Amino acid sequence: MFLALRDLRFARGRFTLMGAVVALIAVLGVLLSGLASGLADAGISGLRALPVSHMAFDAKATGEQFSRSIVEAEDWEAWSEAPGVERAEPFGNTLVNARVTAGAEKGEQVDLAVFGMAPDSFMAPAPTEGRPLADGGGGVVITREIADLGVRIGDVLTADRSEVRLEVVGLVDEPVSYGHIGVVYADLDTWRHLHHGLPGELPGAAGEQATAVALALEPDADVTAVEKATGTRADTKEETFDASPGYAAESSTMALIKGFLYAISALVIGAFFTVWTVQRKAEIALLKALGAPTRYVLRDALAQVLVVLVAATAAGTAVGLALGSAMTGKAPFSLSASAVATSAGLLVGLGAAGAAVAVRRITAVDPLTALGATR
Amino acid sequence: MTVPASGTTTAPNSTTAGLSLLDVTLVHGDGDTAVTALDHVTLRVAPGEFVAVVGPSGSGKSSLLAVAGGLLRPTSGTVSVAGTELTSLTDKRRTEARRRHIGFVFQQSNLLSSLTVREQLLLPSHIDGSLDAAARARADELVEAVGLPHRAGSRPHQLSGGERQRAGLARALMSSPAVLLVDEPTSALDRARSAEAVRLIAEQTHEHGTATVMVTHDTAIMDAADRVYEMVDGRLS
Repeated sequence: MFLALRDLRFARGRFTLMGAVVALIAVLGVLLSGLASGLADAGISGLRALPVSHMAFDAKATGEQFSRSIVEAEDWEAWSEAPGVERAEPFGNTLVNARVTAGAEKGEQVDLAVFGMAPDSFMAPAPTEGRPLADGGGGVVITREIADLGVRIGDVLTADRSEVRLEVVGLVDEPVSYGHIGVVYADLDTWRHLHHGLPGELPGAAGEQATAVALALEPDADVTAVEKATGTRADTKEETFDASPGYAAESSTMALIKGFLYAISALVIGAFFTVWTVQRKAEIALLKALGAPTRYVLRDALAQVLVVLVAATAAGTAVGLALGSAMTGKAPFSLSASAVATSAGLLVGLGAAGAAVAVRRITAVDPLTALGATR
Repeated sequence: MTVPASGTTTAPNSTTAGLSLLDVTLVHGDGDTAVTALDHVTLRVAPGEFVAVVGPSGSGKSSLLAVAGGLLRPTSGTVSVAGTELTSLTDKRRTEARRRHIGFVFQQSNLLSSLTVREQLLLPSHIDGSLDAAARARADELVEAVGLPHRAGSRPHQLSGGERQRAGLARALMSSPAVLLVDEPTSALDRARSAEAVRLIAEQTHEHGTATVMVTHDTAIMDAADRVYEMVDGRLS
């Protein structure tokens, strides 16, 4: 790096400009990945938190499974008896508008993503405060998202229209949401009342239904037979994320933006180092004429690329983290070390690839040109 | 100063030291567009000998330097530097031979814009992996020898044409080359500075036992050379 560092110092104006562009891209990269994981958390953290490996939906529900699918008691019974199935239990999912009818925030409107399950289910929440779920009585366990609205244990929420009454018995103090709505855990009977919007006795079959069969499958379990027999389809937990409202669109949008950002940065960095290398052609010819092997010149140039990229990315990431931590809580934004590291790594990696293509032209420089145009 | 009697031949043992070109022909292009840049050129330069080659531009002077310095492979004939036959080496070995045995002083001196004079001198050692205290001491010595100690920390844009030329010469001498090849050293200099630059080259040649070839179209600076050849249409006479 004898020459690389001295060139950096000598042409610091140009390299500072280039570094600033890379740093700004790094800032954007951090903010985008924070936003992407924030949006993902808001969309599917409720599903992610469930200890299931798969969900079996009605095979006819191929999209928006959580609002379309209905499964019957015989379905989860068949599933629980199938080979390779560790757990198979009914899971209910519905979105409900409600209001606080007793408590400090009386009259406040709240939206609830209600997850219905048996109180003794393997999915049942372990509240950090209050009591767990119990059958009957309409007790629910809320999560932090709802608690942030001012709802406390002991408050009463009442669903709009159906007027089903929910008593808050417990709190899971974690940000758990589904479709940008805070999750509320309820027993199956309460969930069914909310789902159908009916207080009192449920008519006929409605009392024996759920949205999906929550499954814990052994790895490599072959479930085609039971799928066929019950008319259901087991989606992996990750596949169910796409069934969460808006999740697929959000994550593909973020992925598209990030993809373009990295492609653009690789091209900009490549373009900069192309111009730089072309500008340096006479000096490269001179170096070679002085007896520098092409490998020496290439190594020097790549070291310079890496110094610029790593320094600028580190600076930009630091700024991005500072901005990001100011944003956390005010927007669907969450910073994870691995997402930030991936973003920074991609920027350096793809930038280096772009620059490597540019400095490759060093190999084509003829040392003869150092002797001047005359032959 | 020894001036050999005449001609294109010197002592037979000069192939083992210094520079020797034997029956070298260089043809650019082929077929109808072929241009013969060097036409059966034979030239031997003994250590400590300063040879000037003059001729109009386009006469093949620069081709002579390129072939002698291993930058170009001749179409036929052999080139030996310090007993090593360049023409039979691989490209990689030729680059190495250039680094170890050949010093170039380019037209307009050709310095690297981001390096100080002292760093220009240290660069060849860095390339060679031999940048140590001895190299630093030698660089200081050479900066002194070419009269630039007060300019050791200056970058090329802060130097005059003459100073650049001297820095270029000092760099070429850094590896104690067996052969020094000088290309139009005075093209950017006025008459007084030209004479001084050439005197310096002659002095270094005799002092360090370098086989030096200088090509120029400036006939006024030939006096410092031990022998003078004229190049016309690729032929040396």
